[in-house]
Amino acid sequence: MTSLPETTAKKLGLVVDLDICVGCHACAVNCKEWNAAGKSAPLTDYDPYGKKPDGVWFNRIHTFETTDDAGQGQTVHFPRSCLHCEDAPCVTVCPTGASYKRTEDGIVLVNEDICIGCKLCSWACPYGAREYDEHAGVMKKCTLCVDKIYNTNLPEESRVPACVSTCPAGARSFGDLGDPQSEVSKLVAARGGYDLMPEQGTKPVNKYLPPRPKEHHKGQRGEDGKAPRMLAHADASTDGAGLIARWVDKILS
Amino acid sequence: MHPARSVIFFTTASGAGYGMMVWLAVLATLGLLPTDLPFGLVAFGLAFALIVAGLLSSTFHLGHPERAWRALSQWRSSWLSREGVAAILAFVPLGLFALCWMSLDRQGDVALLFGIVGAAMSLLTIFTTSMIYASLRTIPAWRNGWTVAGYLVLGPMNGAVILALLFAVFGYDGVMVTMQAIALALLVLGVVVKALYWRHLRVSAPVSTAGTATGLGHLGKVELTASPHDSDNYLLREMGFRIARKHAQKLRRITILLGFVVPILTLGGAMLMAGGAMATILSLLAWLACQTGIATERWLFFAEAKHVVTLYYGEQAV
Repeated sequence: MTSLPETTAKKLGLVVDLDICVGCHACAVNCKEWNAAGKSAPLTDYDPYGKKPDGVWFNRIHTFETTDDAGQGQTVHFPRSCLHCEDAPCVTVCPTGASYKRTEDGIVLVNEDICIGCKLCSWACPYGAREYDEHAGVMKKCTLCVDKIYNTNLPEESRVPACVSTCPAGARSFGDLGDPQSEVSKLVAARGGYDLMPEQGTKPVNKYLPPRPKEHHKGQRGEDGKAPRMLAHADASTDGAGLIARWVDKILS
Repeated sequence: MHPARSVIFFTTASGAGYGMMVWLAVLATLGLLPTDLPFGLVAFGLAFALIVAGLLSSTFHLGHPERAWRALSQWRSSWLSREGVAAILAFVPLGLFALCWMSLDRQGDVALLFGIVGAAMSLLTIFTTSMIYASLRTIPAWRNGWTVAGYLVLGPMNGAVILALLFAVFGYDGVMVTMQAIALALLVLGVVVKALYWRHLRVSAPVSTAGTATGLGHLGKVELTASPHDSDNYLLREMGFRIARKHAQKLRRITILLGFVVPILTLGGAMLMAGGAMATILSLLAWLACQTGIATERWLFFAEAKHVVTLYYGEQAV
């Protein structure tokens, strides 16, 4: 049934910290690795070793640069994946019932056995979360690693989406955003987490944490406006050096 | 948006077929529709052929055409599903209308009743088609009343032009002039609707920006400096279609000229002649120009429409 559930018991989702993300694409790679063998397998690749490699990915990492009125800029790495929206337009447009939102945890999934591959859900999604598998003829999307987060064969700490467990910088958090007492909800409240394109009326569950404001030219940067040098390249003095080092220095100078 | 050939053919062909059905029912109700069998077979046959060919072609772009029947299940929430249901339901009154008209009943009340219900179902089906597009918030160029008006006018307009040609071919000069007058009125209405649609695209403010898409708008201008992938992906092929968008203005002029201006002139000329071989030739020219113009219009309808996902790929505002 593609009518959306009135409420969901949980609102499982991700919190992405744009202040921490270093744009390494590890989340995208581990997502591909887990899901190429999981519920949505295979995540088809076309011409993977050719000149124009292409394929189905659930995670895409963009890099944006912002420029304010004073000409000061900031580089922000921006991971993009399904936001498991409360008012998911990809679900309601589906003519077959293949696209659905789970009542128990709010995860938006595709039933690939009944998907007709009409692609309308990908048109309805503002976030480009859905990618069509040309070989399988069905739509595919982030499952929030539904086959990992409930997998009791895995140690408890591994029961988080692949993108979260792999992030080397700790920029991604996973939890119940419907519970105001959860760690992720507290994080969103503390850091001013926000929705992407709220004007689209999708009520995303996933939240993004803004980059912390940079104070240009105050301490962080040198007199020339460039990043400060950590150390001078040639050290003129032997202050703090040990006895042998001072002795070698004396012989060599 | 990527202009898929199957969808362009589907919306134009079935739109024309339903449009023919609307006018066949209206003319029957007015007592103007010729009752001879050869004309009935050709007119109803062509209308059904256009509708069926259109609906079949719409399944060609599916990944799993054999599962198409499943699309009838979600009419509570999905306009695509509603379109499928409406299209199939419309066959019942339209089929009975054609059968009654060509066999026992002719101008009997039963045939007319089926005709009127069939015409209403035809318009409803065209409406559901337009709502598939007009309901998508992600594509502001489609999410407006002019999209709906365009489909509701252009389908019956195309049907009227085809019927005017058929009447000319069969030599029904009396009803031909009536049909030409209806077609001319719809051609004028059609060009006004398309002009207002393009005006709407020009004057309406963008709905989303790179700033709202990333939530970084408060930091100033937001520009993409590194794409997630070097080659194309599904999103860019399907939603980031840009090919020949630079020709949009030229193609709009071609649409207006072939879709509306040439048919108005040729049909007007045919109307003045009130029959004869020359009127038939002019009606044929009117149909050929109109069909080419509408195909161009439908191609532009897709190719010109920008999707908000392109904001993640370098577009500033959609």
